[in-house]
Amino acid sequence: MYDIVIIGAGIVGAMTARELSKYLLSVCILDKESDVAMGATKANSAIIHAGYDPKEGTLKARLNVLGSEMMPQIAEELGVRYINNGSLVIGFNDEDAEKIKTLYRRGIANGVKKLALLDKDELLNLESNISKNAVCALYAPTSGITCPYELAIAAIGNAMDNGVDLKLNFKVEEIKKNEDGYEVISSFESVKAKYIINAAGLFADDIAKMAGDTSFSIHPRKGEYLLLDKECGSLVSHTIFGTPTEKGKGILITPTVDGNLLLGPTSVDITDKTDTSTTFDGIETILSQVNKYVNSIPFNRVITSFSGLRAVGGTGDFIIKFSNDNFISVAGIESPGLSAAPAIARYVAGMLKETGIRLEKKKKFNPYRKSMHFFKNLSDEEKNRLIRENRKYARIVCRCEMVSEGEIIDAIRSNPKATNLDAVKRRTRSGMGRCQGGFCSPYILDILSEELKIPVEHITKSGGASNIIIGRTKGGEQW
Amino acid sequence: MIKNLTCIICPIGCNIEVEIKKGEIVSIKGYSCKRGEEYAKSECKNPLRTITTTVFTIDGKVLPVKTDKPVPKEKLFDCMKAIKSTKVSLPIEIGKVIIENIEGTGSNVISTNNMR
Amino acid sequence: MVKSTDLVIIGGGPAGMSAAISAYNNGIRDILILERAETLGGILQQCIHNGFGIHKFNEELTGPEYSWRYEKQILELKIPYKLNTMVTEFTRDKIITAVNEQDGIFKIKAKAVILATGCRERPRGALNIPGTRPSGIFTAGTAQKYINIKGYMPGKSVVILGSGDIGLIMARRMTLEGAEVKAVCEIMPYPGGRARNVEQCLNDFNIPLKLSHTVVEIHGKHRLTGVTIAKVDENKKPVPGTEEYISCDTLLLSVGLIPENELAKSAGIELDSVTGGAVVDQNRQTSVKGIFACGNALHVHDLVDYVSEEAEIAGKSAADYIKNNGMSPGSFARNIIIKTGGGIRYTVPRKITSITDAKIYFRTSGIYRNAKISIKEGERVVASIKKKRVVPAEMEMIKLTGDNIREIKGGIVTFELEGLHD
Repeated sequence: MYDIVIIGAGIVGAMTARELSKYLLSVCILDKESDVAMGATKANSAIIHAGYDPKEGTLKARLNVLGSEMMPQIAEELGVRYINNGSLVIGFNDEDAEKIKTLYRRGIANGVKKLALLDKDELLNLESNISKNAVCALYAPTSGITCPYELAIAAIGNAMDNGVDLKLNFKVEEIKKNEDGYEVISSFESVKAKYIINAAGLFADDIAKMAGDTSFSIHPRKGEYLLLDKECGSLVSHTIFGTPTEKGKGILITPTVDGNLLLGPTSVDITDKTDTSTTFDGIETILSQVNKYVNSIPFNRVITSFSGLRAVGGTGDFIIKFSNDNFISVAGIESPGLSAAPAIARYVAGMLKETGIRLEKKKKFNPYRKSMHFFKNLSDEEKNRLIRENRKYARIVCRCEMVSEGEIIDAIRSNPKATNLDAVKRRTRSGMGRCQGGFCSPYILDILSEELKIPVEHITKSGGASNIIIGRTKGGEQW
Repeated sequence: MIKNLTCIICPIGCNIEVEIKKGEIVSIKGYSCKRGEEYAKSECKNPLRTITTTVFTIDGKVLPVKTDKPVPKEKLFDCMKAIKSTKVSLPIEIGKVIIENIEGTGSNVISTNNMR
Repeated sequence: MVKSTDLVIIGGGPAGMSAAISAYNNGIRDILILERAETLGGILQQCIHNGFGIHKFNEELTGPEYSWRYEKQILELKIPYKLNTMVTEFTRDKIITAVNEQDGIFKIKAKAVILATGCRERPRGALNIPGTRPSGIFTAGTAQKYINIKGYMPGKSVVILGSGDIGLIMARRMTLEGAEVKAVCEIMPYPGGRARNVEQCLNDFNIPLKLSHTVVEIHGKHRLTGVTIAKVDENKKPVPGTEEYISCDTLLLSVGLIPENELAKSAGIELDSVTGGAVVDQNRQTSVKGIFACGNALHVHDLVDYVSEEAEIAGKSAADYIKNNGMSPGSFARNIIIKTGGGIRYTVPRKITSITDAKIYFRTSGIYRNAKISIKEGERVVASIKKKRVVPAEMEMIKLTGDNIREIKGGIVTFELEGLHD
């Protein structure tokens, strides 16, 4: 019997798990996927918003501003990349200028620091590649960028290092309420807990229903993105938005922490919660929009496109509530969910405290986690010292991103353990470069097979039936 | 009847035109070397192909092999079957015969790489 | 500690090996080849099919056999090389940082460097094909590695996008290993690979080649379950209503090769926007003196024989550069730029810098019959060749003699093609 079971290992579940791992509690995170951070956390804009966007007085506004303030320290502790690059909302006409002023006032009311209104010259001074048609901008120097799945992986890894359990491939089918708490049941096993935290993202409504709460529903909104080669990453240094519409913040242009340039997202309401396909229209929409903001974007440098789904709750605010006794639902965590996540975690801990649960701090809590990219950041001398201890750090497997076998093995062995190709990729960046895994995936397949002691044909790209090879050549059976 | 062929003897890939009357070759045009002419003749009577593939070694490595002479096209898959069930032990030098006279074609399967 | 070496060759594939042997034969002994893979030979090791060596050795060899001809010489001449060695940094003052298991991270200062880093395949992302992201999508070369090096079967029902030579070769290879290749789609109205490969890799096995077709959508949540293909119009845009669903578990991409030039970029070497390789003169010297480039890193070749030939030039030039202490013999100096006119996609080299015989390789931008290709200075023809048929898939060459070059008075010559467009 766990004290607390968290359903969903996205950014909200991850941050909550880490927050709770500070206390003397037994905690387990469940996720239906083969890795953590596989839902909305995997594919979004990766922006730590300053907090001028959400309406005054909402949970969104409060938790966004707080979360965004907490982020630099959390990123530091977890060894996650965070760059405080600032954002610009740019306007092209009087109507936009009005909207920008509204955002400015809202930001001030929300407690966002250092906000400034810029005129055309100030804007072009700050960001020379902005379209000459822009007339004004809102400048938010506290805005930043990070890598959302890296943050979630690191937070869960750190939580696990501090005693939290993780069960992957655990698809909750049923939740039973007993006298002493809850039983969470999948087709293969069940776990018991006194408290449940539902952080199931797109499926938070389904999970809440299992506990008798039908008060909200979540629908998926698709956002498609294009990622450009690193040589384009310096086209802009800030995150560039157009003025928002009723559908959201619109399409943005931003450098990523890896130095690529990210364009997107589109915003299309769909019905299938698992449909992360990209579309011809989506790609066209992005291409037609971004040209208005920034000059000469080299579209021939697109290295990949992808799409993510936002969990839209429909209330206009985050839904964080008790769905039943000792059962908290954290739902509708659409943008700025990533920015707000650390604050959401703290808010949830506060709700737990209200129920009377004892939150006693662990003496041995270790807030730090070694960066997944620690090796890259070492000096040549330090690298050579490590190489002498472990020669595998000198064997480069991914040539585009310069990832060594040693780093790949680290990703497979450290919490939360990578068990497939995409999981290794998210932790090490192997396969994310310009050749997109063409050179390195055959090697990583073998490393995974050897480390996990699983036949190569059972190693997958991203869990489930996504095996990469079907067996040996020559009909396979002789092997 | 005119038969148009793309010569596969070398990467140049000449377009060869063969005129056939009553099953006999009357004329061959378009080749640029003697081997091209021979290819055209053979392609009309008994098409031949070199097989390049791999065999497994006993410890699971993959050794590239080829037929040292082309084999009849219709025997490709029979030859592949025989090659599939062959395993070799190491070390092996380039050019070593792996299967003699495969499927009675008179062609040997030989190793195309060194492996230890 | 920085070690000094006369000549460092980055890449031990066909270009690197040939360049090393050529430099050796031209008097250089202090040579080091740095190769990132576990063997010499580069991509040839996985190209187990035949068709290599016709020009160079007058016989038809497989990739590993062709590679061995050079590897044997490297061993006999005792030219030093380091395997599993990745170059991580390269500067224009010719300092190379590399890493391997034996030496850790180390630096070398070279008098001359030859870039023979090969090329990589264009991946799916660059194509923006809409749809899901399942497993089962491979570049043709990756599938080739799985099958020929690892002995792993990528799938059993296959669609191939792009009819480049590797795609065609893999259609046959997968068929021989028991897979069903359902179609090869080519967006252009003509095949990307050589006619011979269309014949012996597709026609032999009745594999349909769908010209002016492309993949417009990818299906499948976990593993690929199928693709939608469609006809394209003359602007390569899909024609609505022509969509066709093909169920398959594997999609191979053979949609182009890109010279691998990250190191050249980091050294600030000028690159050609058409080839993606360095801009070089007829000695294969790049815009940075003492840095040479050859092979597929320079421009993508269709025949390895030409790679070896070009690398010999680079090897000799690097040797001359080292022997002359970086000075080029002044009295022969020229500064002629080669411009491309109609029908010509690119030439390598793009500069002529001395009065020495020069082989100018080029590709056409379309298929032409009865083509006359000329190098002109103004209206005067410097040199010309005639070809019954030229196609973009097959590289062609014109030789310029020292005398031809001496006659060029100005600084610009133009490459032009006259012929019947197909």
